[in-house]
Amino acid sequence: MAAIIETRHLTHIYNAGMPDATTALEDVSFAVEEGEFVGIIGSTGSGKSTLVTHLNGILKPTSGQVLLDGKDIWAKNNDIRKCRFMVGLVFQYPEYQLFEETIYKDIAFGPKNMGVDDAEIDRRVRRAAAFTGLPEEYLERSPFELSGGQKRRVAIAGVLAMEPRVLVLDEPAAGLDPEGRDMILSQIKQYHKETGTTVLLVSHSMEDIAKYADKVLVMNQKKIAMYDKVDKVFARADELLALGLSVPQVTKIFLKLRQMGVDVPQDVYTVPYAVKTILQAKAARDQKQEGTEC
Amino acid sequence: MLKDITIGQHFPGNSIVHRTDPRLKIMLVVAYIVLLFTLTNFVGLALSLCLLAGLYVLAEIPLKMIGKSMKPIVPIILFTSLLNILFMGGSGEPLVHLGFIEIYKEGISYAVFLSVRILALIAGTSLLTYTTSPIVLTDAIERLLKPFAKLHMPVHELAMMMTIALRFIPTLIEETDKIMNAQKARGAMLDSGSLKDRVKAMVPILIPLFISAFRRADELAMAMECRCYRGGDGRTRLKVLKFQGHDWAVLAVCTVVFIAVWATRFVMPGVL
Repeated sequence: MAAIIETRHLTHIYNAGMPDATTALEDVSFAVEEGEFVGIIGSTGSGKSTLVTHLNGILKPTSGQVLLDGKDIWAKNNDIRKCRFMVGLVFQYPEYQLFEETIYKDIAFGPKNMGVDDAEIDRRVRRAAAFTGLPEEYLERSPFELSGGQKRRVAIAGVLAMEPRVLVLDEPAAGLDPEGRDMILSQIKQYHKETGTTVLLVSHSMEDIAKYADKVLVMNQKKIAMYDKVDKVFARADELLALGLSVPQVTKIFLKLRQMGVDVPQDVYTVPYAVKTILQAKAARDQKQEGTEC
Repeated sequence: MLKDITIGQHFPGNSIVHRTDPRLKIMLVVAYIVLLFTLTNFVGLALSLCLLAGLYVLAEIPLKMIGKSMKPIVPIILFTSLLNILFMGGSGEPLVHLGFIEIYKEGISYAVFLSVRILALIAGTSLLTYTTSPIVLTDAIERLLKPFAKLHMPVHELAMMMTIALRFIPTLIEETDKIMNAQKARGAMLDSGSLKDRVKAMVPILIPLFISAFRRADELAMAMECRCYRGGDGRTRLKVLKFQGHDWAVLAVCTVVFIAVWATRFVMPGVL
């Protein structure tokens, strides 16, 4: 399958040429295929946010390329706005971007800028609102009456309504309570499953990434440290810990178990899978014991 | 993009210019401005420029920055120079005679004099903001205005408002940048289209910006009250401004140069 989004030797330097120039990204190359769900993780200041703001052309790379469908988005005669409609980017704390009188109008801002007709806008707004779990009767209310978590859903719906082929979310669950966090993330997963949209999810939480993503991109010190399937990355739990990142609790337990000499697989990162492996190990041991008793 | 604003930028440092009492610096800058406007001849102007150049060297301000701060006023200087050159009359023969345009020697010399004076004015006031942090500056203004408190002028409150306003400029610029990016990601066109379109495009930026500014103000007020802030009465300071040895030295040197500059008017012929 062809990559839908790709970066080649992407480097970004803030305030290039000034005395306070700081490198935020260094030689980052990776590719995401259509329909994948990729988690991006890394400690604060590792370049995650800078990386994702390049993907729809908000930031221009200092050097290197960003390719969308195989085409350089900064090539001459390329309409950068088209890229922005194709790659929907939800920033950190997106609730602060709301401005319209009603939720309906705010969600319609993106599609309106795309120039689609009113019937299509209506369809998109209702669809996006449904996906983010906003009740129909909310649409005519002011977004400023809502709670923080609900505002965030409106903001995410505003990006979903553009129906982008790639959806990029920069810590969509930051600052929410555990319930709100699970809700938003599972809605995104649901959207991914139903529409086949490619999703890139930036998160601090290894648990979330383990639960929702197919692949993980680990950023460290402005560079890519690892980029692989979730199980393969978590199999290197000790390396992740060395990078100062946490790993899911279960993975930690299994790492300890292995260090104690128990024969368990390396790639355990979700609780259901952990339960299964433990039961398997127990069954194997029981069989062994029965064998010796006989 | 918005981060490139240089006016009022502060360059931290530890030179004698930086360490001079901010009250003295403000007074000297005011005196310098008055002096510049009473100047009548090139020698005095050159002398005052020498003093300024010396202070810039002492303060170790990069030359590039001076150029940058001059940039916005170049059009003004060009415009006033042009007017002076074209319309200033003079004695003797005009240097150039083109139709109704007559250019005299006096016009050119006065244009040069005026341009240098404006440049010196900007450079002098910039030196103050380059070498004094905004917080220290407002502190000094508060101290200087203190006598007016007797006339029921809310000096402390004004200074506090200034401090807070200055403190929030970078924060709000950053916030604007973020909101602009978020709306751009939703396809907002901010830098194309007709004037009407552009004004309309500001709405999605200004509304969230105002909301966040009010929210911040609210939070700040709450945080200040939580720490028992109740205005200026009986408030003491962590850093009390005090005149020191080097301040007297700076005052002495500047006074001597200022008097010398002023005295040139009696010796040298005026430009006009």
